[in-house]
Amino acid sequence: MLTDSMKSLFRTLPSSTVPHVTIQFDGAPHSVPAGISVAAALLVSGVQRFRATPTSGAARAPYCMMGVCFECLVEIDGLPNQQSCLANVREGMQIRSQEGARVLCAAAQCGSSAHGA
Amino acid sequence: MKAVDVVVIGGGLVGTAIAYGLSRCVQRVLVLDEGDQALRASRGNFGLVWVQGKGTGLSPYATWTRTSASLWPTLAEDLFAQTDINVQLRQPGGFHLCFSDAEMAARNASLETLRESLGGDYPYVMLDHAEVKAKLPALGPEVVGASYSPMDGHVNPLKLLRALHTASQLRQVQILTGTRAERIESAAGGFTIHTSSGSYSAARVVLAAGLANRTLAEQIGLNVPVGPNRGQVLVGERVRRLLDYPTTYIRQTDEGTIQIGDSHEDVGFDDGTTTDVLASIAQRGIRSFPMLAQLKLVRVWGALRVLSLDGFPIYQESGLYPGAFVATCHSGVTLAAAHALRLAPWIAGGAPPAGIEHFSSERFRTYQPTSNHAH
Amino acid sequence: MAHESIDLVVIGAGPAGLAAATAAAAQGTSVVLLDEQATPGGQIYRSITRTSPERLAALGPDYAAGAALTDAFIASAARHEGEAAVWQITRNRIVHYIQHGKTKALQAQRVIVCTGALERPFPIPGWTLPGVLTAGAAQILLKSAGAVPAEPVILAGCGPLLYLLGSQYIRAGVPIRAIVDTTDASDYRRALPHLAGAIAGWPLLKKGWSLMRALKRAGVPFYKGARALAVEGGETAAGLRFELRGVTHRLSAKVVLLHQGVVPHTQFTWSLRAHHRWDANQLCWTPSVDVWGELDVPGIFVAGDSRGIGGAQAAAEQGRIAALAALCSMGKIDAASRDQLAKGSFQALRCVLRIRPFLDALYRPKHQNRVPADDVIVCRCEEITAGDLRRIVELGCLGPNQAKSFSRCGMGPCQGRQCGLSVTEIIADQRGVSPTPVGYYRIRPPIKPLTLAELASAEDAPAEHGTMSHDGN
Repeated sequence: MLTDSMKSLFRTLPSSTVPHVTIQFDGAPHSVPAGISVAAALLVSGVQRFRATPTSGAARAPYCMMGVCFECLVEIDGLPNQQSCLANVREGMQIRSQEGARVLCAAAQCGSSAHGA
Repeated sequence: MKAVDVVVIGGGLVGTAIAYGLSRCVQRVLVLDEGDQALRASRGNFGLVWVQGKGTGLSPYATWTRTSASLWPTLAEDLFAQTDINVQLRQPGGFHLCFSDAEMAARNASLETLRESLGGDYPYVMLDHAEVKAKLPALGPEVVGASYSPMDGHVNPLKLLRALHTASQLRQVQILTGTRAERIESAAGGFTIHTSSGSYSAARVVLAAGLANRTLAEQIGLNVPVGPNRGQVLVGERVRRLLDYPTTYIRQTDEGTIQIGDSHEDVGFDDGTTTDVLASIAQRGIRSFPMLAQLKLVRVWGALRVLSLDGFPIYQESGLYPGAFVATCHSGVTLAAAHALRLAPWIAGGAPPAGIEHFSSERFRTYQPTSNHAH
Repeated sequence: MAHESIDLVVIGAGPAGLAAATAAAAQGTSVVLLDEQATPGGQIYRSITRTSPERLAALGPDYAAGAALTDAFIASAARHEGEAAVWQITRNRIVHYIQHGKTKALQAQRVIVCTGALERPFPIPGWTLPGVLTAGAAQILLKSAGAVPAEPVILAGCGPLLYLLGSQYIRAGVPIRAIVDTTDASDYRRALPHLAGAIAGWPLLKKGWSLMRALKRAGVPFYKGARALAVEGGETAAGLRFELRGVTHRLSAKVVLLHQGVVPHTQFTWSLRAHHRWDANQLCWTPSVDVWGELDVPGIFVAGDSRGIGGAQAAAEQGRIAALAALCSMGKIDAASRDQLAKGSFQALRCVLRIRPFLDALYRPKHQNRVPADDVIVCRCEEITAGDLRRIVELGCLGPNQAKSFSRCGMGPCQGRQCGLSVTEIIADQRGVSPTPVGYYRIRPPIKPLTLAELASAEDAPAEHGTMSHDGN
């Protein structure tokens, strides 16, 4: 189990029984509270870099958490450039960092990602 | 204010291309440009450097367009050498997609007519679905085929405008922004242009003010029947390289964004967008390249073409007021090279480019409207 | 396509939207409230309908007050459409939105835009590094996920939200490395003439003071009058550098929270081509409205922070006022009833806004944090710097739209939300004019991204696109 919460920049406040779900980020599983945004879940799981910009490749991560800055873009279940602060986690969700410009693929292939999978 | 040889009214693609060309002819030039909120067809263009299909009904226009396309590499290199701005000219040829056999036949017929009117010198070929798909792998199954011409290409129109502005200024062209020309007065030895912020004189004046040319031209004894024609365009997010060739309605920019157009609407001076037209543009985009269905749209816009009565450019020196010129068209990107390298020398006092007389507004005296216009 | 017809469509489920929808529904009008989140509350009352008692305790009493507003809305006859991303409002009041992947539209008789506020841009070196977030973002993490910084955090900037967040963190046991406050003596001097207004709003003043006292009691290091702020770090944030009375300080932290006030979220009102004016006190654009909140676009109103920053209580009152005006203009209530019902709201509004001039003066964001040095990124999406913009102004660009066409500034996914104000001010500063003649970006739909497929299904399209438009945008 690769939860890097010791290196996490964020943690969740202790709270009476909150159900958890398991999500994956770049192939690594993380157990996160149910019902929170993907961005929040990734931050408390130790993810510090969400994407690389298409212009210079600079590393970016969430900034506004309310859907107006578009910094928190990641690939969710094969769909690229999703605003992770506006999507809530689901059991088994597969998330990948957004490496620059997205790849447009035929609908049938959309399970694969820019990571060469 | 230094003395100038030519005042150019309008700092868009037509005006600055001419100004730049004039500066290469060792002319001292002043460009008068409006403000940030002006209509500016220059900001609303697609970026095609397009030849195929143009000139039905006026073959000199096909020739003029071809000339410009062949001069384009020279313009691009010049601009890069002077400004370090790469306008990203690519001329790999272009496709006009067809969705039925009837469309293919009609397309072939109209291109064949153009070829004949040009004495056979008009390279194009009709390709079937498989042949097009070999060049555009993302092609959708509904596309029956396309006309392909090696003459076609595209460029980054915003970088072009910036490069023309920069190069012009490097060559001592004065560009006054926020300055709206109101009245042109002819005086001994030339013209005085009265604006919202001062008056400027020169031996020659060029009207390159787009839709405003209509009223300005009356003051120099010319009839310039231009009016607005709206086109709407969708702009998608950046994607990894998908399209290696431009098509009439869809292109991928050098930055990776995808642009999808367009429409031809007679709606007056309304540069807004309408959902029904946007939806139908979207539908055609998906039919052309089905994987575009997943493309996220970042912006849509409408822009007003400067369209003459018959859709062809108007280039003319005033008979009543020699030294006063008008230059208007709705393909400011494709024709930028011809404007800089053929039109400007004429305005500077050189010989008129071959065939330029066909673009005089005299043609409207006997004009019979038809249902289609130049693209 | 015949769109579903609704009397009143409200956009945004924060205090303004909730109050507006509730007030209108009380008079028996058909009301739909569209909001991006699944549950109502907007940003300030984010996740209030599903927040734990522990979290409520940490967030404080003002947040809990939002519960009354949301409860009243839920109990009302207004229809709530959550997870609805509005991508276009037309001038003849067709509201287009995407919900669960489906494209939908409503034909409204009246529209009230309640899209609230967003954080003012804070363009300092390093502000784009991972680990730098806004104070508002930190509050959203706390409210919606109970998430807080795991290591000592730096809060930097100015304004009540910074101190509120600090006190919320103290209550939640989050260590604060420092509060780096840009407020200095000149700000107090500027605010002094407005003290009368502040005293009239003394409950708010008192609240502010007790926040500060709590922070001081907790031993949080406070640096006041900080200048030359810069986030340091390689690929991620490593700390904050700043100057205080000529001395350079460096504090290490992996999370830096920035805040220098909030500004109206005006994407919709700009896209409607409504008239806006530059507010020299709040240093932002606000839509020009009458006392009821109606734009110069007939039938469309604005209420809450997107009309002008006033806070949650003001937002609720403006929501009620706009709803009553909308009802009256539809003939649902007469003018006398409207005026009678609105009287209390107008009075309350005047009351809660009395402190604004004082706050605007005291927490006026510093010029160097709005108009930065050449090498600072201004457009985050396209990575355009302030220097790039200045060079373009020298080329003759008079305003943001020309600047955009020469540089791609403002063309990225956020469509100017994070850079618009900076760009207006940098150009104004470079030209030596006020922001008014410089203007703002031309904002176009989609206000939220939608796919080509979603757009393709938005309307019954005509066979050719040479036809006249239908929805008169």
